[in-house]
Amino acid sequence: MTTIADPKAPRPSRPGPTRRTTHGNTELYWWVFMRVSGVVLVALIFGHLFVNLVAGEGINAIDFGFVAGKWASPFWQIWDLLMLWLAMLHGTNGVRTIIGDYAEKDSTRLVLTSALYLASVIVIVLGTLVIFTFDPCPPNSPADLLPSFCTA
Amino acid sequence: MWSWVAHRITGFAIFFFLLVHVLDTSLVRVSPEAYNDVIGTYKNPIMGLGEAGLVLAIVFHAFNGLRIILVDFWWQGTRYQRVMLWVVMGLVVVTMAGFLPRHLMHVFGGE
Ligand code: HEM
Ligand code: HEM
Repeated sequence: MTTIADPKAPRPSRPGPTRRTTHGNTELYWWVFMRVSGVVLVALIFGHLFVNLVAGEGINAIDFGFVAGKWASPFWQIWDLLMLWLAMLHGTNGVRTIIGDYAEKDSTRLVLTSALYLASVIVIVLGTLVIFTFDPCPPNSPADLLPSFCTA
Repeated sequence: MWSWVAHRITGFAIFFFLLVHVLDTSLVRVSPEAYNDVIGTYKNPIMGLGEAGLVLAIVFHAFNGLRIILVDFWWQGTRYQRVMLWVVMGLVVVTMAGFLPRHLMHVFGGE
């Protein structure tokens, strides 16, 4: 006859945390980063949406000439650069948390977070390159698509 | 509790929008024609409504995010967290009331 374990018997203690995610204070720094970046992003994103959706012709004004006009100024270059990095890091870390909450299996989590980090790195690098290598007056383009200062 | 779920869903949705958004913006490096073509396909009523939804998601995530920050750092934060949720809802309604008519006018014409 098989014996059933005594329900009152003390359980052996676990050897340690079953899931080790990070070492040291990394998790705390991310917690602080989520809050600091959030405050800054409110200003950056609301400004972005106001200028691109509300002011002037709103959405109808957006075309190559519009972007060229904005990125001719270092002010909007820095603005967009900050917004790109902060929003991507904030969003990537947020999605990492979400993955950690729902993906129970270690292997699933590894695959999903790897895909997440890969996508984030590609988008951050691409977005940064686009801002810095942008040419508002590319040669051999029809003048009516370009901002007015190209012909001046 | 529902505000936590909504914060999570909006954050997740905005993140995926942003991935696509940076990709389509990068077309300015391909050629003016390529960028204008793709942006042109966005200029229709369905996308216009999508943009309104995106703005709603951002506005909620932003104001609710500020509430979370206040709950964490302000010494009276936990005491007023419920009140602040109402303030968040109020701010969302006011912001959308300011934004929607103007945006819908841009999308559906009529100046
Ligand atoms: C429907 C709403 C939106 C429209 C119409 C829009 C439009 C644009 C346009 C025209 C640009 C080109 C540069 C510029 O104007 O500064 C741009 C760039 C950018 N937008 Fe938006 N945007 C919207 C929403 C957002 C949101 C919600 C975010 C943040 C989560 C965002 C983040 C960015 C970033 C990071 C860049 C720079 C991209 C790069 O580095 O290549 N945008 N957007
Ligand atoms: C507009 C300004 C924003 C503010 C004030 C803000 C604030 C916050 C705060 C306070 C948190 C909670 C962090 C924690 O629990 O440790 C959070 C989570 C998150 N945010 Fe934002 N955020 C903003 C913009 C964004 C943007 C642009 C994205 C997407 C690119 C985003 C995506 C997320 C995600 C995915 C989470 C995780 C949600 C969860 O764990 O349930 N947020 N945000």
